[in-house]
Amino acid sequence: MGNIKQRRSPLSRLLLYAVLIFLALLFLLPIYVMVVNSFKPLDEIRSGTVMALPLNWTVEPWLSAWSTAQIGVQATGLKPYFINSFLLVIPGVAISTLIGALNGYILTQFNFRGATILFAAILFSVFIPFQSVLIPMAKTLGVLGLAGTVKGLIFVNVVYGIGFTTLFFRNYYAAFPVELIRSARMDGADFLGVLRRILLPNSAPIIIVSVIWQFTNIWNDFLFGASYSDYSSFPVTVALNNLVNSSTGVKEYNVHFAAAFIAAFPTLVVYLVSGKYFVRGLMAGSVKG
Amino acid sequence: MKAGALPKLLLSPSVLLVLVCVYGYIMFTIYLSFTSSTMMPAYDWVGSAAYRRLFNLENWDVSVGNLVVFATLYISIAILLGLLFAILVDQQIRAEGVFRSIFLYPMALSFIVTGTAWKWLLDPGVGLEHTVRNLGWESFSFGWIKDNDMAIYCVVIAAVWQTTGFVMALFLAGLRGVDAEQVSAARVDGARTWQIYTRVVIPQLGPVFVSAFVILAHMAIKSYDLVIALTNGGPGRSTWLPSVFMYQYSFTRNEMAVGAASAVLMLAAIAVVVLPYIRAEMKKATHG
Repeated sequence: MGNIKQRRSPLSRLLLYAVLIFLALLFLLPIYVMVVNSFKPLDEIRSGTVMALPLNWTVEPWLSAWSTAQIGVQATGLKPYFINSFLLVIPGVAISTLIGALNGYILTQFNFRGATILFAAILFSVFIPFQSVLIPMAKTLGVLGLAGTVKGLIFVNVVYGIGFTTLFFRNYYAAFPVELIRSARMDGADFLGVLRRILLPNSAPIIIVSVIWQFTNIWNDFLFGASYSDYSSFPVTVALNNLVNSSTGVKEYNVHFAAAFIAAFPTLVVYLVSGKYFVRGLMAGSVKG
Repeated sequence: MKAGALPKLLLSPSVLLVLVCVYGYIMFTIYLSFTSSTMMPAYDWVGSAAYRRLFNLENWDVSVGNLVVFATLYISIAILLGLLFAILVDQQIRAEGVFRSIFLYPMALSFIVTGTAWKWLLDPGVGLEHTVRNLGWESFSFGWIKDNDMAIYCVVIAAVWQTTGFVMALFLAGLRGVDAEQVSAARVDGARTWQIYTRVVIPQLGPVFVSAFVILAHMAIKSYDLVIALTNGGPGRSTWLPSVFMYQYSFTRNEMAVGAASAVLMLAAIAVVVLPYIRAEMKKATHG
């Protein structure tokens, strides 16, 4: 599309960059405000502006957000909940990605009745509002003895993540060269042999896409966490919301900003390190066919 | 290849989970909406009582009205800005990757983080209003988030900030696929740049508009986290959405049947938006 803009005056180029830079600054503003104000003492936020750099830099808000801020009735900071989120996200991502790879392989390499309907059913399942399964799932977790546990959250996130991971791998394997699989079979590779020796070693891009997608989704989940966990198993998003919305008395904005940044940190790092795959996941997750 | 026993066996747990935990649970929720469930699920069939009660509740009217306002603005602004950003970024600029990353990073954040950041940014006592006043403009006022009539627009602002970069990425992919020959032909005919966009390029982006609409509409209907973190439904109930209503009635107000009925209606709204799209995608998938 570059050929649209051949005859460009320097002036319009300048204007273009001015607009782009302005928009970029606007988009960076919230994260700037978060970071800058998390290093200020509270009275400096009150007397100054949210835009100004700190006069007296302090890491107190970060220490407080991490280990002493009041979450509900306990003064634990975000730390235990941050750990909960990792305990949730690691198995959640691993299990749902593995299942997705297996499903994608089976759905593309084998014919069986009802495959199209099954695919449509999985496709629709990634769109459903979770409100429509929230009540029965609460009951299920209760029956299974998983209510209020990290294990329960892993289960829920895997169940409602399978749709995405299956679609990722199905679309990837559908475009996989058939000859490679055929020749491996000729050489005597069995069902799992093909997956292990041919497909998985060539799946790095889609594995990364799936891992990043699931990591971001599960880390950022709030609805399941708020519905199915208690103080021992809150994920970090629920703890953050608790900290910000239920603090009585003085509102410690600086601590809230530090806490929000702590909760955002892992997904931001993933995004900065592998933005390309993040975008691929978004695109694959949006044009699902 | 015909599926033997092993592939079927390995696929079956997933099939079972999707059938039970998605479709089975949806059926269960639909059933609950026809019972008299209060704090716990009850299994007595009482017909459409919960729906009649729902439609008589002012809280539901407010939630649906808010959703209409929110969804309309959110979808249209995000699509317009996303298209604009994509066109700006597509001008063979320097550091294109940097700009793209900056516009897209909010998408990596949790809505709770976004909500927290914007909550204080929009708060008159600490955020923009406070800042502008301290800079010398004493009479400046920007208190939408505390205003019953305006708070819903704050939800729109934060939601647009979060998703515009995503819409931009969709449009960028579309722009890169536009037929270059038609563009050159239009240029030879002496068309100006903006004319090329309005007459040649944008008409070719139809499918992207559809995808963007479907995705944003379904996100709007599902929106919950952002409202909870940003306004917690307030002030009063002025930023309640059906998702907030559903949670309130199901889990805190002990009217589970009404909560289930609201969930069913949310699902129906999403089905109306998404099913035609899935049909089209399926056709594409089966016909290459």
